[in-house]
Amino acid sequence: MIQMNGRHKTVLLFLVAIVFLAAVTVCGWGFSEEAMVTDFSRKDISPGMPYLFGTDWLGRDMFLRTLTGLSMSIRIGILAAGVSSILALLLGTLAATMGKAVDGVITWVIDLVMGIPHILLLILISYAFGKGFKGVVVGVALTHWTSLARVIRGEVLQLKEALYIRTAQKLGVGRWEIAWKHMFPHLFPQFLVGLILMFPHAILHEASITFLGFGLPPEQPAIGIILSESMKYLAMGRWWLALFPGLFLVLTVMLFDVAGENLRKLLDPGSAHK
Amino acid sequence: MILEARGISFRYGKDSRQILDDFSLKIESHERVGIVAPSGFGKTTFCKILAGYESPDRGEVLLDGKRLENYRGYCPVQMIWQHPEQVVNPRLRMREVLKEGDEISEEIVRGLGIEEDWKNRFPAEVSGGEMQRFCIARALGKRTQFLLADEISTMLDLITQSQIWSFLVEEVERREIGLLAVSHSIELLERVCTRVCYLEK
Repeated sequence: MIQMNGRHKTVLLFLVAIVFLAAVTVCGWGFSEEAMVTDFSRKDISPGMPYLFGTDWLGRDMFLRTLTGLSMSIRIGILAAGVSSILALLLGTLAATMGKAVDGVITWVIDLVMGIPHILLLILISYAFGKGFKGVVVGVALTHWTSLARVIRGEVLQLKEALYIRTAQKLGVGRWEIAWKHMFPHLFPQFLVGLILMFPHAILHEASITFLGFGLPPEQPAIGIILSESMKYLAMGRWWLALFPGLFLVLTVMLFDVAGENLRKLLDPGSAHK
Repeated sequence: MILEARGISFRYGKDSRQILDDFSLKIESHERVGIVAPSGFGKTTFCKILAGYESPDRGEVLLDGKRLENYRGYCPVQMIWQHPEQVVNPRLRMREVLKEGDEISEEIVRGLGIEEDWKNRFPAEVSGGEMQRFCIARALGKRTQFLLADEISTMLDLITQSQIWSFLVEEVERREIGLLAVSHSIELLERVCTRVCYLEK
């Protein structure tokens, strides 16, 4: 057995999580046609071979539907979290560098968005943008940037006053060079980890509003749709319709968390060499 | 060249105590001036004002009759800090730290006893004394006219202290850089400086 130190383990965990998530995303995308196929000759089969997760009342393969749904969720999550984190980076940096008035306004907006329950704001925005794919992405993007923006604002404020940056100014180093050489290396890890830790939230919220009927349209095999449809059949003893998709949703969210946490450990100088 | 502080008054924030009150000092290029003062007198604050890190509430800092804040780009007045770990970016290798200075010549690097393999290390991997040598070297760039040394040798052992100070004195004398040295050690300042100011409250 190969001896593994802490860093190897961290790298391994990170890679396993990323590879699994990438595989789910790609497979789900590839099987989206097959996941829609209905076949009444194979309806209501309980889990086993060849239908690992069983089939539903229309004879659709639940394994493929789960994969496709998760893939959809992950893609929406990545898109929404990406937009959201760029928003956070911009607003956080602006708040820290553009003076008191701008800072006051942005901090107020952050408090406002944080003060309203996420799911309520999400439903409102998604509904206003006509639900569907666009509504979900805009809704998730507009509600998730706040905490990362706060972190970035604080970080930039601290960096601005750091003596080594003031010294660099006195040594005649230009603005852009300071931003690139001194500020970026400090901000980037925070940004990246914040981005990855935003995915699970984005995915869960996508599933929630779709479950509640304010998200993706019902013909789409999304996790939220699968779960809300399965509600009707749970009482009839078809437990597998909800159990496996639900478990996989939880697993996906946890893996994103694992990936984010391990990446943080790798990038943080305090624990990078443990 | 002449570096002049005229009637400097300063305090941090409105509610804190008056640190400097109508303080003046004049240093010429060929001089090495020492300042001895009790703790809390505002020696570091004075250095920060002279180097342009803080602006005074009243009074002005003039370099050859021109206000210091009007010098753009490289500041001819460079400060060496008491705590070198605060003035180097923990994520840059020492080589990069040195590169930020204004064309630091190989003689300076050698004169301060900086070894080649220290340059590849990160700030967390060198000792305080080793880091301080990099900071001294960085402040000795080509366009430096005045050097402010704020308790720069407190973390060094006596042998290293004397090594570094004798190099520094030789260097500023040769290049006609004005030096302002702040220290608790009167003996050191009397050895190093051409003129020592004893300040009391």
